[in-house]
Amino acid sequence: MARALINVPATAKPGEIIEIKTLISHPMETGYRVGYDGAMIPRDIIANFTVTYNGDEIFRAQLSPAIAANPFVSFCTVAKESGTLTFHWTGDNGFTATETAKITVE
Amino acid sequence: MSRQGLVALACLWIAGLAGLVSWGGQAAEIPLQDRQSGYQLMTPETRAMQDDDAANPGMLWVLDGEALWQRKDGRANLSCADCHGDARQSMKGVAARYPAVDPGLQKPVDLEQRIEMCRTEKQQAPPLRAEGKDLLALAAYVARQSKGMPIAVVEDDHTRPFISAGREIYERRQGQLNLSCANCHDDNSGKRLAGSPIPQAHPTGYPLYRLEWQTLGSLQRRLRNCLVGMRAEPYAPGAPEYAELELYLMWRARGMPMEAPGVRP
Amino acid sequence: MTGIDETRRGLLIGAGLLVLGIKPARATPEAMKDAIRTVIGDAPLREGKVTLDVPPLVENGNTVPVTVAVESPMTDADYVRAIHVFNEKNPQPFVITVRLTPRNGRARIATRMKLADTQTVIAVAEMSDGSFWKASAEVIVTIAACIEDIN
Repeated sequence: MARALINVPATAKPGEIIEIKTLISHPMETGYRVGYDGAMIPRDIIANFTVTYNGDEIFRAQLSPAIAANPFVSFCTVAKESGTLTFHWTGDNGFTATETAKITVE
Repeated sequence: MSRQGLVALACLWIAGLAGLVSWGGQAAEIPLQDRQSGYQLMTPETRAMQDDDAANPGMLWVLDGEALWQRKDGRANLSCADCHGDARQSMKGVAARYPAVDPGLQKPVDLEQRIEMCRTEKQQAPPLRAEGKDLLALAAYVARQSKGMPIAVVEDDHTRPFISAGREIYERRQGQLNLSCANCHDDNSGKRLAGSPIPQAHPTGYPLYRLEWQTLGSLQRRLRNCLVGMRAEPYAPGAPEYAELELYLMWRARGMPMEAPGVRP
Repeated sequence: MTGIDETRRGLLIGAGLLVLGIKPARATPEAMKDAIRTVIGDAPLREGKVTLDVPPLVENGNTVPVTVAVESPMTDADYVRAIHVFNEKNPQPFVITVRLTPRNGRARIATRMKLADTQTVIAVAEMSDGSFWKASAEVIVTIAACIEDIN
């Protein structure tokens, strides 16, 4: 399981725009590099990243080999109600990772 | 890799490094008050990456290390926490004192080596892979507990001979380019080698996330990297020269704040 | 016959690519334009509304911070539907696409990208009214002096 680091404010006011930062451990191997044995290293990337907020999708990103290793993605969302944000990454070689974060809106 | 690329890189190196040797005079130690972390030479963007825990990729290893700290392992079925308790208290300031001279071995061991000793002797588990994810994660987690604290390697009767040995290696010309560490990092720090500023080589942020590596790495990896650049034969992994050099460098950086996990270009 | 300048240029590009250890770049400014066309179709692409923040000089092309912000009220009637980022000299022109809705409140995203060489990066915003806006930035990528291994 890949390690992910999610930064969501623990609390927010209703309607407040909050910034969410995400980091996940992944090599993001481009498929254009040559290994020590002279052979091409096959592509191995995270291709998709989606975020839901109490089940509703609030963010979706399509990543390419041009995204740096250990991908960092940040975005904003409106804090509507207390609940759970679910972060889901999928990629090459069956890669999948899911992480959640709680937020209290009051 | 293309032959052209190799030739070009070799040319850059030789031109750049030959320039280094002709610039400066004799190696002179950097006065204490003029010392500067490599952090100071970085762009605002790279500094921001180190400063923000939510953006510093090294924190991924710290999180892994936090989980490993609690994991029971080996024939003794012990976790790090079983002996050392809460790392946030027990490991505070520890990395700032490493490498330290081990009383039993009568030689300096660095933080990674100390973790391996705990693993093999106390946990009775097989050693972790050198420069592997788990060892770096534990080292990063332990080093993180000293963030902001001054480096506290002291010169005393135990450390003195090894600090001297490290200094001797640091000042020794070696490799096909006939360079010493001091040629770059004492005589020419602050100047540029190709497009990159030459830092003073204070190991304040290890283990650190190097953008060039696209991963976290130890100070030993960085030293090996320098030796390859000098066209010198790197010491064997774990050779005593590394710990001596690390000890000298940490003593040379005494009093400077710990930054681990650092970020460097 | 190869001229001296051409040879030198080849060498320098070779040295640059050595940093990332990649094959010669295949994307070109034309490939980037084509890639943008596949997203915007025949719609006009106008300058404005988009702020693309990339450092003008980067220390290492492996990890280049990129921030894109788009002027928009982010209401149901008027919002940013997507942000796309392209480059002209990596092996492939496409970098990232993000889909947004009014729930994002602010059309601002950040990520880190790889840049194989000094080049232009373009961010395109796709608005809810079907219009497209862009911003571009020139980025100089310096070669790291101390790479680890020659492989």
